[in-house]
Amino acid sequence: MLAQIGKTTVDALSGIGYAAMLLLDSIYLSVMGWRIGQPLRLRAVFEQMRQVGADALPIGCLLSFTVGIMLGIQFVSALGEFGAQSQVVIAVAKSVTREFGALITAILVAGRSGSALAARIGSMTVSQEVDALAVIGIDPVRYLVAPALIAMLVMLPLLTIFADAVAIFGAALYSAPALNVTPTAYMLQSMALLSPGDIGQGIAKSFVFALLITLIGVSTGFSVSGGAEGVGRATTRAVVLSICWIIVADMIFSFFLNR
Amino acid sequence: MTLNTPAPLIEVDKLEAWYGKRRILNGVDFSVNQGEIRVIMGGSGSGKSTLLRHMLGLNRPVSGTVKLFGTDLATASDREKLEVRKRIGVSFQGGALLTSMTVGDNVALPLREHTTLDEQTIRIMSRIKLEVVNLGGFQDLMPSQLSGGMIKRAALARAIVMDPRLLFFDEPSAGLDPVVSAELDELILRLRDALRMTIVVVTHELESAFKIADTITVLDQGDVLMTGTTAEVRAADNERIQDLLNRRPREVQVDADEYLRRLVGDVA
Repeated sequence: MLAQIGKTTVDALSGIGYAAMLLLDSIYLSVMGWRIGQPLRLRAVFEQMRQVGADALPIGCLLSFTVGIMLGIQFVSALGEFGAQSQVVIAVAKSVTREFGALITAILVAGRSGSALAARIGSMTVSQEVDALAVIGIDPVRYLVAPALIAMLVMLPLLTIFADAVAIFGAALYSAPALNVTPTAYMLQSMALLSPGDIGQGIAKSFVFALLITLIGVSTGFSVSGGAEGVGRATTRAVVLSICWIIVADMIFSFFLNR
Repeated sequence: MTLNTPAPLIEVDKLEAWYGKRRILNGVDFSVNQGEIRVIMGGSGSGKSTLLRHMLGLNRPVSGTVKLFGTDLATASDREKLEVRKRIGVSFQGGALLTSMTVGDNVALPLREHTTLDEQTIRIMSRIKLEVVNLGGFQDLMPSQLSGGMIKRAALARAIVMDPRLLFFDEPSAGLDPVVSAELDELILRLRDALRMTIVVVTHELESAFKIADTITVLDQGDVLMTGTTAEVRAADNERIQDLLNRRPREVQVDADEYLRRLVGDVA
């Protein structure tokens, strides 16, 4: 029992250490790679940005819109019980920008891009493609990790801002009739009530979520063994770990930023 | 070494490798000279794949050194490693072509990464290398559309696209039918003769090994049993070498009582 706990702890620590090493390597190669013949390819970054960001827009839009309507339903109903329906706008706006926009977007991207990253790198590892890159003289971290990390750090905050707007729009469509205002007036009131700090909180979270999704995806992918079955296991593991860490990080953030 | 003798391209010195608590290589020593085809031969589990990974700098030695072109990849700077890697080519057992790229892009990858050549020149050079390995016209196919033998030849085209001085093959004949395997052997010989490459082939295929090798290093259970010409290896009076050459199964000591005890536990 004690040995098992010790082994699990050591494995977890070595996993965190490995992810930290990948992060440092990525930063170093992104900034200084050109000096050692490992320049970051912008084309690869843009390709990753398309996959992480643009391709996720339709589903991100649908999810945020749905969550917005859901929040509208809940707040109109719950606050109506206390005769506080006038507070629906601020309640939705703050909970979306501080919490749900970033969280829903991160969970979506973890499921789409985090898993894809783990699967891609995992299958490349088992088929020796990662070894092939290394012996060709292409640093696998520069080629596979750095573009994904940069793309994630750029696109997740952008997707979060987009999700915030769409979710508030969804809430406006549902709540405006109940509050006897037009959706446009609802949206304008939301914007007036929000402070830059509210939006900044969600964006700050999304940077941390981007780091978590990328590092868990790539470190799980590089650690794959055992052929196609191993790739499948790694993909599942990457999604589960990412979502767990996102929720834990979100809780820690919320605790410190809202005291 | 005299002044006229060129330095070996590969020097392996007292190399030890471990996987966990299992020792894979027991202080391996050998060197490979310029222009020769060296076959590293051994059965399954002899340590030849581990040895290859160390020679390619993919694994760090626990102790001992591996030098390519006089550079120890374990201690070299990133820049030095890159310079060495530009001078070597590797054909992996499964080809290891990047499945997200066409065959042509795979072959062109080292040129795009390490040269400042314009795109048209890169395309021409890639096509020439594909023609060298009899894959002219296949540049627009994806790796998934190729047969096993074609994948290995495409991987070879990628390995030679930078005109390396040193070429490694990992099990080139594995999984190929005898005709394709023989074609690949011929190709390896042609590369040595036409392009004056030094070639290291890791294989357990005896027929292929004796056909292409100038010298053979025989590896068994992490030990180098001998290094010599094909004739010297055939004539070796080492029992383990003769077992390998004559495909004699190794005697396995089975303790029936111990086996039963493990299977059903102590019943007494």
